[in-house]
Amino acid sequence: MKKGLVLGVIVVIAVIGFMMIQGQKAPEAPAPEPAAEAPAPEPAEEPEEEQAAVESGVIHVGVYLPLTGQNAFGGQLELDGVKMAHEEKPEVLGRKVELSVVDNKSDKVESANAVKRLIERDNAVAVIGSYGSSLAMAGGEVAESAGIPMIGTSCTNPLVTQGKKYIFRVCFIDPLQGAGAATYAYKVIGARKAALLTDVANDYAVGLAGFFEKSFLKLGGEIVAKLNYNSGDQDFTAQLTEIISKEPDIMFIPAYFAEGAIIMKQAQELGVDFQIMGGDAMDNPKIVEIGGDAVEGFVHTTFPYDPSMKEMNPVARRFTDNWLAKRSDDPNVNAALGYDSYMILIDAIERAGSADPEAITAALAATKDFEGVTGLTTINETHDAEKPIGIVQIKDGKKQYIATITPEL
Amino acid sequence: MSLAMFVQHLLNGLTLGSLYALIAIGYTMVYGILRLINFAHGEIFMLGAYFVFWGVTLFRLPWFIAVIGAIVVTSFAGIIVDRVAYKPLRNAPRISALISAIGVSFFLQNFAIVVFSAIPREVQRPAWLVKVIIVGKVRILPLTLVVPALSFVLMMGLLYVVYKTKPGLGMRAISRDIETSRLMGVPVNRIIALTFGMGSALAAASGIMWALRYPQLQPVMGVIPGFKAFIAAVFGGIGSIQGAVIGGLILGLMEIMIVAFMPSLAGFRDAFAFILLIIILLIMPTGLMGEKLEDKV
Amino acid sequence: MDPKYKRNYAFNGIAVLLLVGALFWSRGNLDGYKIQIMNLIAVNIILALSLNLIYGFTGLFSLGHAGFMAIGAYTCSLLILPATYKQTMFLLQAPMWPFSVMHAPFFVAVIIAGLAAAFFGFLIGLPVLRLGGDYLGIATLGFAEIIRVLANNMPRVTNGALGLKGIPSYSNLWWNYGWCLLTLYVMVRLVRSNFGNALKAIRDDEVAARAMGINTFRYRLTSFTIGAFFAGVGGALLASLLTTIDPRMFIFTLTFNVLMIVVTGGLGSITGTILAGIVITVLLEWLRFVENPITFAGMTVPGVPGMRMVVFSLALLFIILFRHQGIMGRREFSWDWLFGLFRKRREA
Repeated sequence: MKKGLVLGVIVVIAVIGFMMIQGQKAPEAPAPEPAAEAPAPEPAEEPEEEQAAVESGVIHVGVYLPLTGQNAFGGQLELDGVKMAHEEKPEVLGRKVELSVVDNKSDKVESANAVKRLIERDNAVAVIGSYGSSLAMAGGEVAESAGIPMIGTSCTNPLVTQGKKYIFRVCFIDPLQGAGAATYAYKVIGARKAALLTDVANDYAVGLAGFFEKSFLKLGGEIVAKLNYNSGDQDFTAQLTEIISKEPDIMFIPAYFAEGAIIMKQAQELGVDFQIMGGDAMDNPKIVEIGGDAVEGFVHTTFPYDPSMKEMNPVARRFTDNWLAKRSDDPNVNAALGYDSYMILIDAIERAGSADPEAITAALAATKDFEGVTGLTTINETHDAEKPIGIVQIKDGKKQYIATITPEL
Repeated sequence: MSLAMFVQHLLNGLTLGSLYALIAIGYTMVYGILRLINFAHGEIFMLGAYFVFWGVTLFRLPWFIAVIGAIVVTSFAGIIVDRVAYKPLRNAPRISALISAIGVSFFLQNFAIVVFSAIPREVQRPAWLVKVIIVGKVRILPLTLVVPALSFVLMMGLLYVVYKTKPGLGMRAISRDIETSRLMGVPVNRIIALTFGMGSALAAASGIMWALRYPQLQPVMGVIPGFKAFIAAVFGGIGSIQGAVIGGLILGLMEIMIVAFMPSLAGFRDAFAFILLIIILLIMPTGLMGEKLEDKV
Repeated sequence: MDPKYKRNYAFNGIAVLLLVGALFWSRGNLDGYKIQIMNLIAVNIILALSLNLIYGFTGLFSLGHAGFMAIGAYTCSLLILPATYKQTMFLLQAPMWPFSVMHAPFFVAVIIAGLAAAFFGFLIGLPVLRLGGDYLGIATLGFAEIIRVLANNMPRVTNGALGLKGIPSYSNLWWNYGWCLLTLYVMVRLVRSNFGNALKAIRDDEVAARAMGINTFRYRLTSFTIGAFFAGVGGALLASLLTTIDPRMFIFTLTFNVLMIVVTGGLGSITGTILAGIVITVLLEWLRFVENPITFAGMTVPGVPGMRMVVFSLALLFIILFRHQGIMGRREFSWDWLFGLFRKRREA
């Protein structure tokens, strides 16, 4: 009878919905007065309406990191690093810098929302984040189309900055890291037969394993076993038993540290005697605590910083001392990268002489030989940081920084 | 594949399978009585694991006491979950209770993130459990023998309660017809609370053993095992305790054996499990041991 | 023409105009963050409506939505990504023909995405719709997980875990709300048609429906396929909205989110679904404030990560415990109801 009748009603509800969203505006902080009322342009157009932030005197910097979920262990450390840097340099160009922190829950949709929120509601002139390449990609798309510079902390997948104008990072990329790991395994450890144990559902692991494989083959090595698992699996005994039967010299596990610790425990129980090697995601001060004696001898690539480093530049020295003065746990590269990304941003704002996103972007792109905790940082033409690769080994129940290498690509 | 390797795989699969089986029993007990998929079960499992390691590390309790204490506390947590989130919905559509279960699961998981923090924690294991015994070429962890043995004892105890005691009779009566049971004088609410308590105690026990086998605590640690155990319960025929045990063991063994026999397809492991599940359901629509639920006309 | 009928049409027209006006207005006056949330609302409504058709109106307990969304999202993304870009993005293994070269305009891509999802819905429905009750739920859940595992393990089609990125961001308020209205229109027409009556008959009493001569299997399959189509469309729009997708997005909790909206709104209530779609999407974003440091009565409480989901899950529990049938139950909000309200008041 009343065909099409509900339809209209629903539309009214939709309109009520808009009002609801609109109503949300009321409890808002009174930050953006003129800009909010001005007709918001299409995203991706020249962002000229940052005046609100510029005029208010405070420079807003957004931070989005995984504080909960799968990647929380890395995100929280990076946030600590950013906060420490902010405490040291709370002002630039004579203006206060204010951090807005949003949790992206280790989730892509949340990441995109988080960056939108930072840019639109908190008026961030630049965004720092994130741990995890897929999160950084989701957030990066938003920052790119809004024309707001973003500095990735430890997102090492090459796709993050590929073809992007506004996206930078303070870390090296996985092809380089994979090559570094392969070089170390082949040249220093002397491994000829390698096995790979990869989480197929993890972009970081798949990427790094692929680059390791390519470089290791190129160097003349052989991949004797390639075993997979899925994120969330906790039983690796079947894969490990299979790998043991292939008798490799080295097993490369590009896993996150918690998962890696479990793999190594099971490897120990199964009597693995070959070398195990991992990537930068294994770098965590808690690795020994969580892995116990199973991680003894484990080697992983990382960014060139560790509190156990013998020769530190003054920045790293100060960072380490300040950290240890305040907390009981050791700092690690994640904290260092968080620290560096904030400092590089402040440096860029200083050099740009303005907090205008375009100016910051230009200054960031021109970053050269910036002395950070993780060494001299130069942003190259693909917006990635060029850095040597550090090697850390767990020896006598402690993380030891044992070498810095330049990979043979 | 050498015999030693096969035995090694078999042992690993048996351990994993008996853990799945223990969790699956909790799902199946609640489902049998309330026709409710208790999605919060994986989180109860997680709580059990956290409680025992709190007892050991924070209060310095001896292992034995900590385990008993954690099981008791967790079973009360299960009863509270039932009281708060499921009992008010007994007469509501089943889906509302399901959403309530999902809500509880979200809540407990995030509550754990807030309270315990999202950073994984280490688990210190009693040394005798992890001292490797080498028999021929097979490496046996005492744990891999203890877990199936303990699981077996617990299951036997449970079967005894369900089939030989009065509350067990009540449970079986309720699973047939809740209203008639009430009229016949079965204390329905108390029996349901008991069911939740026992299911949660089993979840706690499996959580503790899981944490011993895979020594790490995380607020999200219950999600995947819970999901897998639930699949195992359906596989065996949800509502049947024996079915849950068989389903858990088959799933555990299959997960290991797929990798063992087809190492290159290890990434597809979960897909195989589900394909097998769907095929089984198509052939036997109520799982391996499930009873046919009558359609009400 | 019945004057009531006429009136309703007029009001429908006004409502649509109002919506268009509201969209125009929000484009000019709302910031990108709010527009993003509005877009998410539209996509969530499409997804929830399609699940409501399958579950609320036909009574098929389906937990396979994430799988259909994944199919839609990948199909659409592969169609709208420029071929040259695909080559550079597939870092580890080159894309497989024809996925490497296929291309289509956005509208066509979304439709093809929907069709692809519908095709898979049909294929999977053919065997599993013979299952009943919770077993159907598990089988469809299994199907969704299989799709995700395949997406992870077929790097030449999906780029594996690396996912697809740089998907052209065509999806905007107009597309999303256009599709939302279209979904709505189709649903309303469907539910009010004879076809819809047959679906409801199957839901309420399958045996009786069969006795009435309804070919229940065919109706269930059709409903399932249509639901899958719109789930695929929702996935496609979501992909273009986020501009990056990977298999991990499509885990089973995604289905739970959609199910949550449907049940909170009321199974078998279209207006309820829409209401819940708005409430839940907005609530999730709005609750972020609990994780920021809050200054309350002179004391500053530091933000605690994870607090938001604690509050959200409590809110969800609260809704479901106090309104067992969801916000709307099976009722609908309609003009007649609205005017009936006025009339009653006048008479009183």
